[in-house]
Amino acid sequence: MLLRIKDLHASIHGKEILKGVNLEVNKGEVHAIMGPNGTGKSTLASVIAGREVFEVTAGEILYQGKNLQKLAVEERAREGIFLGFQYPVEIPGVSMTNFMRTAVNEIRQYKGLDALSGSDFMKMMEEKKKLVEITSNLTNRSVNEGFSGGEKKKNEIFQMAMLEPTLAILDETDSGLDIDALRIVANGVNKLRRPDNAFVVITHYQRLLDYIVPDFVHVLFEGKIVKSGGKELALELEDKGYDWIKNEQL
Amino acid sequence: MEPDSDKIIDQVTRQDYKYGFVTDIETEFAPRGLTEDTIRYISSRKNEPEFLLEFRLKAFRRWLTMKQPTWAHLTIDPINFQDIIYYASPKKKKEVAGLDQVDPELLATFNKLGISLEEQKKLAGVAVDAVMDSVSVKTTFSETLSKYGIIFCSFSEAVLKHPDLVRQYMGSVVPYTDNYFAALNSAVFSDGSFCYIPKGVRCPMGLSTYFRINAANTGQFERTLIIADEGAYVSYMEGCTAPQRDENQLHAAIVEIIAMKDAEVKYSTVQNWYPGNKEGRGGIYNFVTKRGICKGSNSKISWTQVETGSAITWKYPGCILLGDNSVGEFYSVAVTNNHQQADTGSKMQHLGKNTHSTIISKGISAGKSNNSYRGLVRISKNAINSRNYSQCDSLLLGSSCGAHTFPYIQVENKSSIVEHEATTSKISEDQLFYCQQRGIDAESAIGLIVNGYAKEVLKQLPLEFAVEAQKLLSVSLEGSVG
Ligand SMILES: Nc1ncnc2c1ncn2[C@@H]1O[C@H](COP(=O)(O)OP(=O)(O)O)[C@@H](O)[C@H]1O
Ligand SMILES: [Mg+2]
Repeated sequence: MLLRIKDLHASIHGKEILKGVNLEVNKGEVHAIMGPNGTGKSTLASVIAGREVFEVTAGEILYQGKNLQKLAVEERAREGIFLGFQYPVEIPGVSMTNFMRTAVNEIRQYKGLDALSGSDFMKMMEEKKKLVEITSNLTNRSVNEGFSGGEKKKNEIFQMAMLEPTLAILDETDSGLDIDALRIVANGVNKLRRPDNAFVVITHYQRLLDYIVPDFVHVLFEGKIVKSGGKELALELEDKGYDWIKNEQL
Repeated sequence: MEPDSDKIIDQVTRQDYKYGFVTDIETEFAPRGLTEDTIRYISSRKNEPEFLLEFRLKAFRRWLTMKQPTWAHLTIDPINFQDIIYYASPKKKKEVAGLDQVDPELLATFNKLGISLEEQKKLAGVAVDAVMDSVSVKTTFSETLSKYGIIFCSFSEAVLKHPDLVRQYMGSVVPYTDNYFAALNSAVFSDGSFCYIPKGVRCPMGLSTYFRINAANTGQFERTLIIADEGAYVSYMEGCTAPQRDENQLHAAIVEIIAMKDAEVKYSTVQNWYPGNKEGRGGIYNFVTKRGICKGSNSKISWTQVETGSAITWKYPGCILLGDNSVGEFYSVAVTNNHQQADTGSKMQHLGKNTHSTIISKGISAGKSNNSYRGLVRISKNAINSRNYSQCDSLLLGSSCGAHTFPYIQVENKSSIVEHEATTSKISEDQLFYCQQRGIDAESAIGLIVNGYAKEVLKQLPLEFAVEAQKLLSVSLEGSVG
């Protein structure tokens, strides 16, 4: 088992957001997490990634058998956890090339590999850019600075392709994308799917799941996973709306 | 900022000064204290011509009537000027033919700093006039330079070999009456660098001087004079690190630049004097007067500085834009950490027509430090159609540090335009988390972000200097980010 979340409770500034989440993800699987706004989806992603403002008050997260709470944010990343951000942040003056080269080499060093040479790294950049259909000038620019919403999301997928994670969590990567961008993002994910990695795709809409077909769909509601099923659950949800979940919970 | 990111920043910014060590070379001292006798001693030790002794004495007498300025946003412990040794020289100072004849202690010092002369010679094509304490120890590449008629030597040597040039230009940009520390320097300066680029000559290599404070309890009073004759060009680099010690050390330098018609001088500094320890003890007082004059039309002077060291920095490199169409530039990154204080900026004085100046200042404050930008832009009545653009940005790391901006603008004609922009920002927890989520630890992330923030300035540095500057910038805020 790749990821095992047991009865996870987490809060921010004393306010409990996650109220007992259970989730199991195996290698080779794609899981979708759906749910209304403000229900804790991004919080769950942040807690898995180790963001320190969130306090885990109970439960545990096991990743490849390791207790994640013992690992710093960057260690989790180097262990293969990737978070595609809902709101990617801008870092003025830091070129994508410099940023990615630092990241790739830190991860390689952690794994006991030599740093990539400049030319090998540039070759890798070119390959991965093609994969996500990124126009060449993107990588010369500062991290997310002046990127359109769609470019930012594509840039997240590009970074995922560069870092080759074992567990990728994509937080509403589809929001705000037109249909072309959506297809590019989904293609990127599909090309990176392998038997030895897994994806957790957080989405508000079922639309993305036409392109990335999940093995499991979970509904997160008020800090708990209240329903799990196959891909047809997404369709049912789309059909009946989140009120259906709400009413069932009452 | 979230308390958590404060904590992270706090941890990684508490890095010890990496270049703290003392080289053990026999040194000869002037008697402690400052009197006319001290000045006569210095002057005679250096076999100076009469005019220079007179200049020194006039400056000294003037200094006695002056008061240390208090207008800067700085807290300065009282300086006991009688407790300073004003002159020290390495005893073995016979001329050396090659690097193998240079004092091995000195070479080791340069090696520790990663600036071995040998390397410089082979790789960078940089001529190095290495000033250790007060007497120049070694000048390289002077032969190549002399082929072009370029004079690049220690100030003392220039005084003896080119007294007319020294006499003509010394004090012409920074008169000894200019300010308290300029007067002091003019009275007691021990050595420094001199550079003359003849008409129409483009200096084929960057000229570089590494200054070091070395003998214990010795104030350093360098004096640099750069003259670019008509149509000449030179890129000059100054960089320094100092050994760790407990007592405050006064460093009051003067740099004067003269650019004639169509000449261009690019002056770059990486300043890394010992900043004092985490509690704010020790560290260098860096009170510097740097000024250039664009004397002829179409001339240009460009200052670029990366300031990471010193306990206290007081420094406003500026330009007097006298020639029509002349250009002045100031690019600065000033980092303060722990208890460091910096009050730095630029002074642009437009006197000629169509003169342009640019000021880009990036202040980065961490720890309990204080970082102020202070700038004066003055456009005189006759400087019609002139322009200034100033941009002053402050970046705060943590919430115990301070950033301040003091712009002074005087425009005396209607056809000129002055623009001033200022921003203050913090490294956000979002940015740190984003980097860390990509596998980059907080220390490296801060290095990346800070270097990105300062990019506009760093890209002004000569290539051979930029790498070192980036390193210093990161090192002064954290561990060792390249
Ligand atoms: N940094 C924060 N500070 C305070 N409250 C937060 C913060 N981040 C999230 N929350 C709160 O946590 C709850 C869940 O938010 P989030 O996980 O972003 O939901 P979702 O991603 O499902 O829309 C919301 O009530 C939100 O206001
Ligand atoms: Mg969200």
